[in-house]
Amino acid sequence: MKHIISILMENEAGALSRVAGLFSARAYNIESLTVAPTEDATLSRMTIVTSGSDEVIEQIIKQLNKLIDVVKVLDLNDGRFIERELMLVKVKATGPFRDEMKRMCDIFRGRIIDVADGSYTIELTGSGSKLDAFLEALDKAAILETVRTGASGIGRGDRILKL
Amino acid sequence: MELSGAEIVIRCLQEENVKYVFGYPGGAVLNIYDEIFKQDKFKHILVRHEQAAVHAADAYSRATGEVGVALVTSGPGATNAITGIATAHMDSIPMVVISGQAPTPAIGLDAFQEVDMIGISRPCVKHNFLVKDVKDIAPTIKKAFFIAATGRPGPVVVDIPKDITAHLGAFDYPKSVEMRSYTPILKGHSGQIKKAIKLMLDAKRPMLYTGGGVVLGDASQELIKLARRLGFPITNTLMGLGGYPATDKQFVGMPGMHGTLEANMAMQECDVLVAIGSRFDDRVIGNPQHFYNKNRTIIHVDVDPSSISKRVKVDVPIVGHVQSVLAEMNELLDAETRTPDPVALKAWWTQIEEWRSRNCLNYNRNSDIIKPQYVIEKLWEVTKGEAYVTSDVGQHQMWAAQYYKFDKPRRWINSGGLGTMGVGLPYAMGVQFADPSAKVACVTGEGSIQMNIQELSTCKQFHLPIKVILLNNRYLGMVRQWQQFFYENRYSESYMDSLPDFVKLAESYGHVGMNIEKPADVEGALTEAFNLTDRFVFMNFITDQNENVFPMVPNGKGLSEIILAEDL
Repeated sequence: MKHIISILMENEAGALSRVAGLFSARAYNIESLTVAPTEDATLSRMTIVTSGSDEVIEQIIKQLNKLIDVVKVLDLNDGRFIERELMLVKVKATGPFRDEMKRMCDIFRGRIIDVADGSYTIELTGSGSKLDAFLEALDKAAILETVRTGASGIGRGDRILKL
Repeated sequence: MELSGAEIVIRCLQEENVKYVFGYPGGAVLNIYDEIFKQDKFKHILVRHEQAAVHAADAYSRATGEVGVALVTSGPGATNAITGIATAHMDSIPMVVISGQAPTPAIGLDAFQEVDMIGISRPCVKHNFLVKDVKDIAPTIKKAFFIAATGRPGPVVVDIPKDITAHLGAFDYPKSVEMRSYTPILKGHSGQIKKAIKLMLDAKRPMLYTGGGVVLGDASQELIKLARRLGFPITNTLMGLGGYPATDKQFVGMPGMHGTLEANMAMQECDVLVAIGSRFDDRVIGNPQHFYNKNRTIIHVDVDPSSISKRVKVDVPIVGHVQSVLAEMNELLDAETRTPDPVALKAWWTQIEEWRSRNCLNYNRNSDIIKPQYVIEKLWEVTKGEAYVTSDVGQHQMWAAQYYKFDKPRRWINSGGLGTMGVGLPYAMGVQFADPSAKVACVTGEGSIQMNIQELSTCKQFHLPIKVILLNNRYLGMVRQWQQFFYENRYSESYMDSLPDFVKLAESYGHVGMNIEKPADVEGALTEAFNLTDRFVFMNFITDQNENVFPMVPNGKGLSEIILAEDL
């Protein structure tokens, strides 16, 4: 099953490689990984999307906690949470495509953030599955380039991951 | 007053009461070596290869419980240290390894003797640090010792660029360490401990299965008290030998691939298994599907939460320091009037004695050729069971574990997890420094000993009276055994040809060499060697080429699918 794991870690050089190295050394899956400093500059927050059986996820959490630089680990799937990912898509915008792409973008509540003679660049935010659905809905031949940030996640209400 | 980075390194090691640093100099650590030259608070032991420095520091730690310290230069010095670090990591040995690094401005420019030590060592250390500022040296070394020794112990690498050891800075050694990201759990959960006690008292076929955690956690006394109070059978893993006295009647031998029939059958058939500082390793439980038994409840005490339910699902996990948890268990039992069901326990012991009566470690004692098992039995007799025994890896290691009965912890020093050939001699060096007057035997094979044989020179320099017990069968014996059983006798590259004359080799270093070729000479030679209390003796026992290690649970099989020598 897919899990989204949030990690608070010391904002130290090499901390990212410890996490990435752990996942490859123990043959855990990484679907996506994002990391950036938090409002407290000494801490980084990482979101990892992974998948595995309950036993594997339990081991992933334990092994992450064992890393010396890791301060806190939370499996967001243990409760209610929100997941968001940002995607930029460059699409063909010529002839009949030009109106079609604008319509699709509106339906998915995206924004066109760059307009060129033959293309639009669309910004779209949402859960990973919404972004997948948008790409599915487009004519494959119209997609010129995509870039995704990977998921970020946060607990709902008073589920707070903080020191 | 400002000190150089190198002086600060030395002062830190002195503050940690380090007695020995095992190392090898080189360009990137010249500043540090210059400061070593000027001090006499700790002794530097010059080895002949960096791998041996790390192994010796590792063994020093295994024998004493203190943090072992090794010092190597950058580049090849650092890469040579890696096998030693990985060996210590697999067996959770507390160690600090200081490596030199190319000067800060040169890092990343493919400088001479530059290697990314942080990257290379990352998967085989508990933690590592690159020091980027002279003011960080003292706090980093303080943290390194703290991390190495606490929680589940392990090796920590401190990588110091050469220019940092020349920069000047104030020296202020921190008194204590606070790390928000690292707070090892000590005390076990009281509710879980109570639950475990109840299960143990209700057990009909109980079994204690203890590992290296008991030795590393100095919990032997607590374990003995618990086992005697309950009267349960007990097994110690390869890493846990000596945690419970092997000559005691409750001890049923080692479990696992080359464990005894009684230990393995009891592991398989028990109804309550109490795992203490052990980790259900593949060499211990065999096939986990086969090991699974729905009628068995498992209690697992371990300081490392990630060891729990990793390979085997556990019913009652207790995360905590083994010594503290066992002490709490003993307190509860002191206040408890109940004892385990005597009738059930008696019936269980009857069953165990039946397995034990098969005498699975029996071997041909009337052979004209020296049997390796016989050498170990005599070694045990001649040293009255009091020696420190280090071993290399292979058949001889298993025989030493099976036939030398360790009654005390920290006496059996071997590479359990990584299985590193070549550790035996440097391990013996580390142990001899830890206890200079002790009898130290290095049980080895002609394959393993040649992997670090250059250390005969270190032994000469420091007058180490080690006794090398070479069980020389002219084969990479364990490889040959597997090829015999599983590859239809195709002995691919497992012979050992072109061996040196070990006696002459030993003598060329000024040591005593002995060739022993007849069973009748074994005991006399061992006695003679151990009477040479101030000499290094290299004993070359010419042993039976065809001897195999039994019992054996073949790879991928279950513990009850064990093969005994008599089955073949």
